[in-house]
Amino acid sequence: MNPSLFERLRRIAADVLEVTPGQITESVSSETMETWDSVHHLNLVLALEQEFHLQFEPEEIDDMTSIPSVLAVLDRKLQPPSR
Amino acid sequence: MNPSDVREKIEHLISRGDASAASSLLGELWRSEPTASAASFVVQRFEKIRSHLNLVSYRLAILRSFTVEPVIPFLRAAGFLAGIDLQVQLSDFNAYVQEMVDPASRLYAFSPDAVILAVQTRDLDPALWCGSLPAEAEPAVVDRFIAPLRQWMQAVRRNTPAHLIVHNFEPPPFPGAGLLDAQTGAGQRAAILQINRELQALCLEQPNVYVLDYEALVSRHGYRSWHDERKWLTVRLPIAAPHLNDLAKEWLRFLHPLTGKVAKLLVVDLDNTLWKGIIGEDGLHGIRLGVEYPGAAFQELQRVLLDLHARGILLAICSKNNFDDAMEAIEKHPGMLLRAHHFAAMRINWRDKSQNLREIATELNLGTDAVAFLDDNPTERQQMRAELPEVMVLDLPNDPMEFARTLREYPAFERLSLSREDQERGTMYQAQRVRQALQNGTTSREEFFRSLEQEAEIAALSGATLPRIAQLINKTNQFNLTTRRYSEQQLLEMSRAPGWNCFSIAVRDRFGDNGLVGAAIAHFQQADHPICEIDTFLLSCRVIGRTVETAFLWFLADHARSRGARRLQGWFLPTKKNAPARDFYSSHGMTKASENGGASLWTLDLSASNLSCPDWIRLRVVPGDNL
Repeated sequence: MNPSLFERLRRIAADVLEVTPGQITESVSSETMETWDSVHHLNLVLALEQEFHLQFEPEEIDDMTSIPSVLAVLDRKLQPPSR
Repeated sequence: MNPSDVREKIEHLISRGDASAASSLLGELWRSEPTASAASFVVQRFEKIRSHLNLVSYRLAILRSFTVEPVIPFLRAAGFLAGIDLQVQLSDFNAYVQEMVDPASRLYAFSPDAVILAVQTRDLDPALWCGSLPAEAEPAVVDRFIAPLRQWMQAVRRNTPAHLIVHNFEPPPFPGAGLLDAQTGAGQRAAILQINRELQALCLEQPNVYVLDYEALVSRHGYRSWHDERKWLTVRLPIAAPHLNDLAKEWLRFLHPLTGKVAKLLVVDLDNTLWKGIIGEDGLHGIRLGVEYPGAAFQELQRVLLDLHARGILLAICSKNNFDDAMEAIEKHPGMLLRAHHFAAMRINWRDKSQNLREIATELNLGTDAVAFLDDNPTERQQMRAELPEVMVLDLPNDPMEFARTLREYPAFERLSLSREDQERGTMYQAQRVRQALQNGTTSREEFFRSLEQEAEIAALSGATLPRIAQLINKTNQFNLTTRRYSEQQLLEMSRAPGWNCFSIAVRDRFGDNGLVGAAIAHFQQADHPICEIDTFLLSCRVIGRTVETAFLWFLADHARSRGARRLQGWFLPTKKNAPARDFYSSHGMTKASENGGASLWTLDLSASNLSCPDWIRLRVVPGDNL
């Protein structure tokens, strides 16, 4: 796991999902967190797109339903392209 | 402070019960980080402290045909920071019609203060958005579009006194007919622009109904940048993430005048705000202000201030300066668009700015919460925020080229109507210059010249114009009869010597101010042989061929004649670059008196000459300042 990436995600997810950064852990998902509904999901996606200056594919957005899966997608997208 | 530390500090202030400190730190956070995640944070924290703050609460209903949920945190965050506690109700998805026409709908049960109708062209009339239309169908298409809108707006008016803000309609980026769309005059774009015109008329039929120019908003940011096709196709959100805040800001521009959160007075600083430089150190001739870089950015800012003035917003000066230095610049600098009479009050001294601002507000009978403050210095702004948190402090960016835009975007200067008094105040100053394209119908050269509406101002050398004249004399190569170079010091001495006169010419036309564009030096030879010789005559290329040169030459002839000269003469000294000036004297009726190598001396008999000033140029002659 990329620790600095996790810290940034933590702050943004806490802002958008209306919880404290401490509550954003690797076990959090849209299933387990009450505030993670469809509106907040869209807000989270938009906040991440703005923060990291990128655009998610519709399939990625569908996958990003837990903190580990969001991290995985972010990590992949932020990798420099392989030669 | 990093984003996490600011958040922790805010949480700490809230837990301590210090609502006003938390509020001002939330403002700092929002200004440094106006993002989706910060918006969400700011809204949640304000919800905790709002009962301790003096906020106007306002109920806003949004009827929409697309996803606007992610815009709401931006809107509410900026609202809280402007002192507006917004309660927002969104219509059910695409249920906006039922909500308007059904008197028992959620919309009316909410008893909104204002209603926004945000419907897209493509939702209201997919056929108009998608396809090319047959040319003869345009009026029918427009009617089909406008008729239901009229009914809905009437229904809203019957059921609620709330203000109604209606988005107008954007044309598709690529019309179905391609290039043909613009050729027929009856294509998709034409139809939608017609719809927007009729919508505007419709809004005037009812009280408290306003158009939000969505078409212009999208254009301002650029269609491609504004739209996100993927989000549209997947979640019905047509707007790209970076522009969500721009829609929120556009809504807020209406909410400021609707909630009375407006600035009635703008207090401005002088040095590095109205001009570049420090008047007390750089002096009248050292500060930069004019049509050229870098002074142009400051002149542009002054233009915005003139616009605000025309809107009935009072202007005042609050500057740390010696009064006389500042006033000299305000009254004498040729680049100033604002003069002393534009300012309702002035405090030019070395005292604390918040104290000065308080005095100005009292003098003008205004509360400090109706005052906005413009200063390039972040320290002064910070101090003002600390001393008088209710004052609207504008955050000027570091780049002066951005000053004007910042001011134009500031929502507290918006008005939804102008009182007669405002308008009368406004008509005194023609702030907006007409910048229309030239009519195609100009058939003759004379008509073309007339259509330019040129105004020329000829002035004797003055301290304010000296640097620019020296600059022109030393860099003008093309339209320059003698290409003699003089330093500022030489010019100064020359203008003080008997028999020597130095003049400048400034030109403006309907397209704008060209600034100081030419210079001439006249020299009267022996008193008993009254001959006036043109030592120097030059004009910047940007005004050549528009008969300004004729007006300038006529002025010299007239000046010479009034001083008793019988003859005006001048050399043409050829260089590699001054061919454009070669025929100038001969084409103005002057005759060649002698030749020396390539150089030629031309002369004009002042008693017989019929040289005249073109009557399409309004010429003004102003005296210098007796250097």
